[in-house]
Amino acid sequence: MRFLLRRLGHAVSLLVGVSVLAFFFSTLAPGNYFDEMRLNPQISAERLSSLRAQYQVDRPMAVRYVRWAGAVLHGDLGFSFAYNTPVAPLLWTRARNTLLLTGTATLSVWMLALPLGVWSAERLGRPADVTLSWATAVLLIVPDLALALGLLVLAVRSGWLPPGGMVSVGFERFSTAHKLGDVASHMVLPVTALVASALPVLLRHVRAAVAEALEAPFLRAAEGHGISRRRLLYRYVLPAAAHPLIALFGFSIGTLLSGSLLVEVVMSWPGLGPFLLEAILARDLYVVIGGVLLSTLFLVAGNFVADLLLYWADPRIRAETPGR
Amino acid sequence: MSGRTRLLVCVALLGALHVGVAYAGFFAPYDPAAQNREHPYAPPMRLHFVDAQGGLHLRPFFYAQPLRAGSFDIYEEDQTRAMPVKFFVSGAPYKVLGVLPLRTHLFGGDLPVYLLGTDGYGRDLLSRVLFGGQVSLFAGLIGAGLTLSIGLCVGAAAGFWGGWKDEVLMRVAELFLALPWIYLLFAVRAFLPLAVPPLKAFLLVVVVIGAVGWARPARMVRGIVLSAKERDFVRAARGFGASGGYLLRRHILPETAGVLLTQAAILVPQFVLAEMTLSFLGLGVPEPMPSWGNLLASLQHYNVLVSYWWMYLPALAMVPFFLGYLVLASLLQRGAVAYKIEGAGSGV
Repeated sequence: MRFLLRRLGHAVSLLVGVSVLAFFFSTLAPGNYFDEMRLNPQISAERLSSLRAQYQVDRPMAVRYVRWAGAVLHGDLGFSFAYNTPVAPLLWTRARNTLLLTGTATLSVWMLALPLGVWSAERLGRPADVTLSWATAVLLIVPDLALALGLLVLAVRSGWLPPGGMVSVGFERFSTAHKLGDVASHMVLPVTALVASALPVLLRHVRAAVAEALEAPFLRAAEGHGISRRRLLYRYVLPAAAHPLIALFGFSIGTLLSGSLLVEVVMSWPGLGPFLLEAILARDLYVVIGGVLLSTLFLVAGNFVADLLLYWADPRIRAETPGR
Repeated sequence: MSGRTRLLVCVALLGALHVGVAYAGFFAPYDPAAQNREHPYAPPMRLHFVDAQGGLHLRPFFYAQPLRAGSFDIYEEDQTRAMPVKFFVSGAPYKVLGVLPLRTHLFGGDLPVYLLGTDGYGRDLLSRVLFGGQVSLFAGLIGAGLTLSIGLCVGAAAGFWGGWKDEVLMRVAELFLALPWIYLLFAVRAFLPLAVPPLKAFLLVVVVIGAVGWARPARMVRGIVLSAKERDFVRAARGFGASGGYLLRRHILPETAGVLLTQAAILVPQFVLAEMTLSFLGLGVPEPMPSWGNLLASLQHYNVLVSYWWMYLPALAMVPFFLGYLVLASLLQRGAVAYKIEGAGSGV
């Protein structure tokens, strides 16, 4: 248990650190939302100064940080200048869509990478393995942006898949099954783009980890005892390769979150990406900080899940903290 | 081919690609900002060797491609007007690497020649891709240099001095690693001015990209410094009274060269991609300065995506460079492993 508590404390301290960092960077920013307003002749100087006072943009950073951090603990992420509503509800709907996308992509990419990686590690250096390596190398050298745009061009020209967005026109009137099918068909394109960009790196690592486990002397011995291939694979190879693979899980979430920002903008998926971009262009301070913090939360949570898995899968870690 | 030859071939090819982009003005037939309002969204012209009568020509030629009357984006080849490709023609002035003024271009024709088509302002896409490469690659190279310098300094300081300095520096590095890195890039960019002139924007992008990625190299450098400072020859030098700065410079930092080179081969394409992403989203290098990212920005419009497929071609310009850097990185990594094994085998 100590291991998990330590990891949890670590995750929380990371989040606090990131929030301080984000706030620090925000004070470096020249100007704020209200400076842009000053150019608007319809807003008087008095109105502007009262707005500035209301939102306390002129107070020192430490004061604003403490007030904001206190609000965050109550689930309030601050106020959006541009939308004139609290940030939290705005962010949550977008975050839900981003989670849907990256969650599906994470699941799909692992479901592809694991069997393919094991398959090619078993045939290390043979034609099948070499072919697969070349195929993934091709995916690796095409930039993510080109990949996403290429898929979009393909979808638009063929008309097989919806060319972006998350739902069709008239979504509210669909039946539940129809709604699910509609969202799923809109997800195919962005998920494919994400999977294609994350798969090559992941596949290489899985292949390397499994290949290393296959080389281990204990496995040779188990093979010599005549244990069947399937049992060998599931009972001995995968547990032995579990540690590096689980560490990779956290890494893959980070990659997919980063990748999804771009894919969301390209495919106009209503997630955090387009929302954050819009907020940056409008200098909507608290939305930017909230979005960055939320993405960190996802990543940190993903890493914590990886830690949980590690604790469950690797007896050495449990042995480090005896008697709890 | 031995590993060394392979490395040399790879570096030579990659170098040739970069020189090609540095001499963009020579390979590009036109000025990247020159507009031809008579030719908006002209498709790529076809290079011919056989004319309409079936005669074979050794010198390739184009047919003039005027707009169809009454249309604004449909072009038709005029087979009565052939124009042979001319080589080493004199054209728009340009500067190689910003210093050497020249006028000679590799090829051209009597009428405008658009090998990759034109954009909505009638600007030659080939010229824009080549000049855009200068911007994007330069951003990647300088950004990587900046990141590695920061990483080297922080890593060396943390590893060499240790104690609370190490603790603080590594905690900060962890913060930078905790953020999904494109979000981090966005966050840093978000708090810098938005509307700035192209050159300043370019420098801004380079600094942002360079400042964001230092944590990983810093950790690696720290690890090497930590192990290197306990080596016998370093202890011996310390025993002879060598100062800390001398030890770092003479004995410890040379050990990090391999890792830094490998990291550079990994970081440059990643940073070029970062520049492309920022410029694509309108947060990077603005028009009219071309970059591989903002050349693709027009694809965000549905009608461009549907009607003018050649506008997608700049997306593929990066591919040979990615390939080169990927091979380089894997060769360097393999080389580092081989070197280690060799060193262990020979016995010190």
